[in-house]
Amino acid sequence: MVRSGTRGRILDVVFASATKASAIFVLLIIVAIMLSLLIGAWPALKRFGFYFVISKEWNPVTEHFGALVAIYGTIVTSIIAMLIGVPVSFGIAVFITELCPAWLKQPIATAIELLAAIPSIIYGMWGLFVFAPFFGDHVEPWLSNTLGRLPVIGPLFSGPPLGIGVLTAGIILGIMIIPFMASVFRDLFEVVPPVLKESAYGIGATTWEVIKKIVLPYTKIGVVGAIMLGLGRALGETMAVTFVIGNADRLETSLLMPGNTISSSLANQFTEAVGKLYTSSLIALGLLLFILTFIVLFVAKYLLVRLTLKEGVRT
Amino acid sequence: MSVIKNININLYRKRRLVNFLVLACSVLTTLFGLFWLVWLLETLFLHGFRYLNLSVFTEPTPPPGQSGGLANAIAGSVLITIMGVLLGAPLGVLSGTFLSEYGNRSRVAPIIRFVNDVLLSAPSIILGVFIYEIVVVPSGHFSGWAGSLSLALIALPIIVRTTEDMLKLVPNTVREAACALGAPRWKVTVAIVYRAARAGIFTGILLAVARISGETAPLLFTALNNQFWSSSLNEPVANLPVVIFQFAMSPYEDWQHLAWAGALLITISVLILNIIVRTFLRTGK
Repeated sequence: MVRSGTRGRILDVVFASATKASAIFVLLIIVAIMLSLLIGAWPALKRFGFYFVISKEWNPVTEHFGALVAIYGTIVTSIIAMLIGVPVSFGIAVFITELCPAWLKQPIATAIELLAAIPSIIYGMWGLFVFAPFFGDHVEPWLSNTLGRLPVIGPLFSGPPLGIGVLTAGIILGIMIIPFMASVFRDLFEVVPPVLKESAYGIGATTWEVIKKIVLPYTKIGVVGAIMLGLGRALGETMAVTFVIGNADRLETSLLMPGNTISSSLANQFTEAVGKLYTSSLIALGLLLFILTFIVLFVAKYLLVRLTLKEGVRT
Repeated sequence: MSVIKNININLYRKRRLVNFLVLACSVLTTLFGLFWLVWLLETLFLHGFRYLNLSVFTEPTPPPGQSGGLANAIAGSVLITIMGVLLGAPLGVLSGTFLSEYGNRSRVAPIIRFVNDVLLSAPSIILGVFIYEIVVVPSGHFSGWAGSLSLALIALPIIVRTTEDMLKLVPNTVREAACALGAPRWKVTVAIVYRAARAGIFTGILLAVARISGETAPLLFTALNNQFWSSSLNEPVANLPVVIFQFAMSPYEDWQHLAWAGALLITISVLILNIIVRTFLRTGK
């Protein structure tokens, strides 16, 4: 009896320590990722210093490396993706939660969640074979003939209609994050207590007024948090972009021209990089991307935590 | 009186109009979003099924200009994915257990939770670079193991998160009842809590499988590719995502056709896994 008691206690300690050890291992992994990226990036950072972030030259032959082209591509494609993704996902979420007839609700919601699970390489491949040729043949000539002639934004849309380029990559990225963001928005909107909405409807508010004055104020921090999560995805996405961005290391004003993002540079060049400085510069790019997504996640988390804190006070 | 009535009617009409316009926009955006996704799936299924035949499953990847299949890539993918899950799942389930069962009184738990979210949102290509740095460079060659490790890093945070959530769904009264019978803490967790949350934990693992089976970016620097059958995970191993990437980007039409067939296979398996997860969750509740 006593013996089995001590055995139980020992096993208790062993089991508790095992779970704690694996949890701490997760922490160690992140520390190790940070360290290995820093060590890997060190030669490049030491050589170029801050110049690495602001230089637009990326030349493996002369071994001059600057991250500006990749940073610019990453940010611009993500902005384009958000411009498309946010309003469309918002519209879809409103449609599912407020407009859709009950029998259609579940099928559409499930379909959107399933689409969010499709691997990004599929989006990239479709972009390369189907969307880019279509876009280059039909939309880009039209863009450069109309928007390309306008004074201020003209240079953004001028140039040959190649099909592949920064704009195409941004659009594919936008299409890719629509299902993800729409399902997050929908989850958020469904959190709003029906009583609140019903009271507003009861005093005669229209559906749009309910959304604007009840649903959005109630969920606004969560909505911003969800947008940040979507942005984090867009910044770090590799395959959907690599297929269609064109892998060019020049800084172009025109969105129709090929470019590069941080992740597509890594995907295209990492295994072929010759020389320590080249590899190290690519790892430094990875480090920048990691820091960028970390900041975005941190802000998203902070906002979502504030939302749950508020919820706690309310109920 | 009549003035007030007029103003109200005008206001009412305006509100109705704004409402109508916004809701019309909502329907339009839904159609817009669905349009792209339907277009994508349509091309994928059309091309995929056209090039999907028996030799895809029986023959290895061909050199340019010859016929072949994807057999070695399919086998490699399955192997790398299974190994990735086997490496990631025990660690993930244990960490999730810690967060749910022992985390309340611990000051480490919130940090682990945050770090887990960082890992969850880290770009997968970064994880590939990390494994390249710590496995491929020291060992001097690309290998299937490196690929499995990078996939395990992607699966890990998903499993941690779902395990914690699922264990927290188990009512505390169940734990208390077991404790009252004199069961030690580990036995409560293993024999009672795990059993109650079995379906949920399994679901989390399946979700992780679905997530990593289409993952491409980290495999580019780790498992690389192999045109032939690999005899062990200690050498570069062919895998579907990387084969799709290389074949789709190639100028050879045969290769591109195989890439479509591979893309269809991956999409179908990911969708089936997700549907299984969904039915599991529904029956679990």
